[in-house]
Amino acid sequence: MTRKTVFEYNMAVRRTLIALICMSLSMGAAHANSVQEASRLLRQGQPAQALEQIDRFLADKPKDAQGRFLKGTILVELGKNAEAINIFTKLTEDYPELPEPYNNLAVIYAQQKQYDKAKQSLEQAIRTHPSYATAHENLGDLYARLASQAYGKALQLDSSNASAQNKLALIKDLTTTSSRPGAKPVEPAKPVEPSKPVSPPTNPTTPVAPPTPTIVATAPTPPAKPPVETAKPVEAAKPEPAKAEVKPEPKPEPKVDAKSADINTEVSKSIEAWAAAWTKKDVKAYLARYSKDFKVPGGASRSSWETERAQRINKPGKISVDVDNIKVAVDAPDQATARFRQNYKSATLSSATTKTLVLVKRDGKWLIQQERVGG
Amino acid sequence: MRKLAIPAGIGLLFASYFFGSEVLGSKLPHPPEAQAREALPPLALPTGSSPEAQLTEVFARIEQNRLDLALEQAEALTTRYPNFRLGQLVKGDLLLARTQAISTLGNAANAPQEKLADLRAEAQARLNAYRSKPPVNAVPRYLLQMLPEQKYAIVVDATRSRLYLYENAGGAPRLVTDYYITQGKLGAEKAREGDKKTPIGVYQVVGNLPREKLGDFYGSGAFPINYPNDLDKRLGRNGHGIWLHGTPSDTYSRPPKASDGCVVLANPDLDSLAPHLQVGLTPVIISQNIEWLTLDEWQQERKSLLGAFDSWRKDWESRDGERYAHNYSHKFNTDGADYAAWTEQKRKVNAGKEWISVNTDKLTVFRYPGREDMAVVTFRQDYKSNNLNNTMMKRQYWQKEDGRWKIIYEGSA
Repeated sequence: MTRKTVFEYNMAVRRTLIALICMSLSMGAAHANSVQEASRLLRQGQPAQALEQIDRFLADKPKDAQGRFLKGTILVELGKNAEAINIFTKLTEDYPELPEPYNNLAVIYAQQKQYDKAKQSLEQAIRTHPSYATAHENLGDLYARLASQAYGKALQLDSSNASAQNKLALIKDLTTTSSRPGAKPVEPAKPVEPSKPVSPPTNPTTPVAPPTPTIVATAPTPPAKPPVETAKPVEAAKPEPAKAEVKPEPKPEPKVDAKSADINTEVSKSIEAWAAAWTKKDVKAYLARYSKDFKVPGGASRSSWETERAQRINKPGKISVDVDNIKVAVDAPDQATARFRQNYKSATLSSATTKTLVLVKRDGKWLIQQERVGG
Repeated sequence: MRKLAIPAGIGLLFASYFFGSEVLGSKLPHPPEAQAREALPPLALPTGSSPEAQLTEVFARIEQNRLDLALEQAEALTTRYPNFRLGQLVKGDLLLARTQAISTLGNAANAPQEKLADLRAEAQARLNAYRSKPPVNAVPRYLLQMLPEQKYAIVVDATRSRLYLYENAGGAPRLVTDYYITQGKLGAEKAREGDKKTPIGVYQVVGNLPREKLGDFYGSGAFPINYPNDLDKRLGRNGHGIWLHGTPSDTYSRPPKASDGCVVLANPDLDSLAPHLQVGLTPVIISQNIEWLTLDEWQQERKSLLGAFDSWRKDWESRDGERYAHNYSHKFNTDGADYAAWTEQKRKVNAGKEWISVNTDKLTVFRYPGREDMAVVTFRQDYKSNNLNNTMMKRQYWQKEDGRWKIIYEGSA
């Protein structure tokens, strides 16, 4: 375990948490009672009895996700980690879109000092939900910004740039959340007794978002139908939740349709070249992929941004950036918006995020004019 | 809720965080944890609410891998002392640790390396001071004999960036408190004007300049000391204006090595020190590294010097030229007279007397810091003889030669 992964891992665990789910909304009363009874027993420190209760329930409804999830949690409490891993792993297979089983797997792996597996599980937990990744990145961004503010005071640096309003990616897509019946927004953290390992809250109004890494103890409610990974959030027929920095993607004009296939290819190639330059740590080629009027995040100057990028890219260690699932929307003959999956790996960070680039055509080349994280 | 187990080895990580590569090597070779623990005993949580105490608490939390509490503490610290730059640095680290791997103290990108190195040095000095307090029942060897009216004495350890305030407790020094200090940019052992070094020696407070008379640079006040003293002058050292003073308002403290030779304290520290300082009285002993004695050793050294001093007085009264000369080093010289000329002249004078009486009082004895076995003795001398009476303040520098204390210089004080 390197120190790096300790941090990444702590960080990731903390970020993964936890949409509270109101169980009773999605369940019949009988269900609720059985599961809640098991949950209550567990909370009262009677895991063995809780296990009996939940096993009785599952004998009747072996597929029930919440029942299975609670059983996994009870097994952790009983120290039966191997069985718990089985249950949570199956849950991730049956409901790959639910973050909670991944999170709990990560906690168990971490207890077993299998940090790589724990890390993988957490990364998957984050990937279940595009907005998690965005929130995760935003939070990371904020911490970095706060850190830079403190460093500015420590070292008497000019940190005025850093404090400028920035691009914090907006989570525009709430479809995933709303597609999950009974989902409730995350509520503020309330410290929870750390020595009490597993205590699933049965009272749905109790906020549980503990400050320390935790087993998610509330059973997730599986969606009625698997939620579709929404690749085109903006097209969703619902109001924007907040003002987006980038103007909503306009419907392609018919006249550019004919050419859009070509543009599509050109833009994709340009993005691939950009990622390749990044991977090769060819700063010059990388920076050359940005247009003169590139909107520097945070309103910093172009030169300080370039310096910062160069320093980041030149940090020791390999970088690998690959992109997939590029979706290009042609906004105008010389402007396109591309969304894709960016898989980034460096010595210190490994992330998979959705990225949006606005590209403009200048002197026959497609150059990046805007860049932001998230769809 | 299940808290994750703390990964083994985190203590090592923070050992390196505190001390960087200089102490433990840039790549930690995974020594057994016990060994690392032994080298760096866990921090006891300090009491008190000084920024240093709070900072130490932050470090202690980091050692416990309670980064959440550490950040809370760091935020409390920087809220209270926003210009405590080291606190801001550690806070920055704790925030950054939430987003990426950090491996050392001060991870600011693009930071001027010199400023970072300064803050790291300050962290190390402050942490060292907290980890290793002066030995219990030990005293600095310098304070051998003080006047009853010298209520306090200051002893500075330049290497450790620390100032110790001692109380004169019925003749024996008793530690009151200690403070972080800044010394000269280029360290200690001042010799020349403008060499940006802090003098090493026995001095005293000779002035008190209030804040109103000073620029912001000197903070809450200044206390000049008498560099260069007799010995410095004899050794050809020059320069002037060595003060104890405060800190400008834009920072809580300055790096360990930053002044032009002055000893600089944080303003709150200077404010708490100031009431103990007596102009013209309070000794200020600046040492490269304080040497500590047990009270028994201290008593022994004190007796040996007081004994030598009393022998000198009695030998003078004996009017025996040989006995008297025996107290002086062959290196002795004063006012252009070397050992031979001096003893010859004294022999003549003393032989012509019918009687001599020498009484002394107001005696102070300070062991001199430095490589030489040397002490400075200051006293009022009441000399009477059949044909001359004279009372004067006198200062002698004694040096150990072949196990015996001898006078190498004396003169009026």
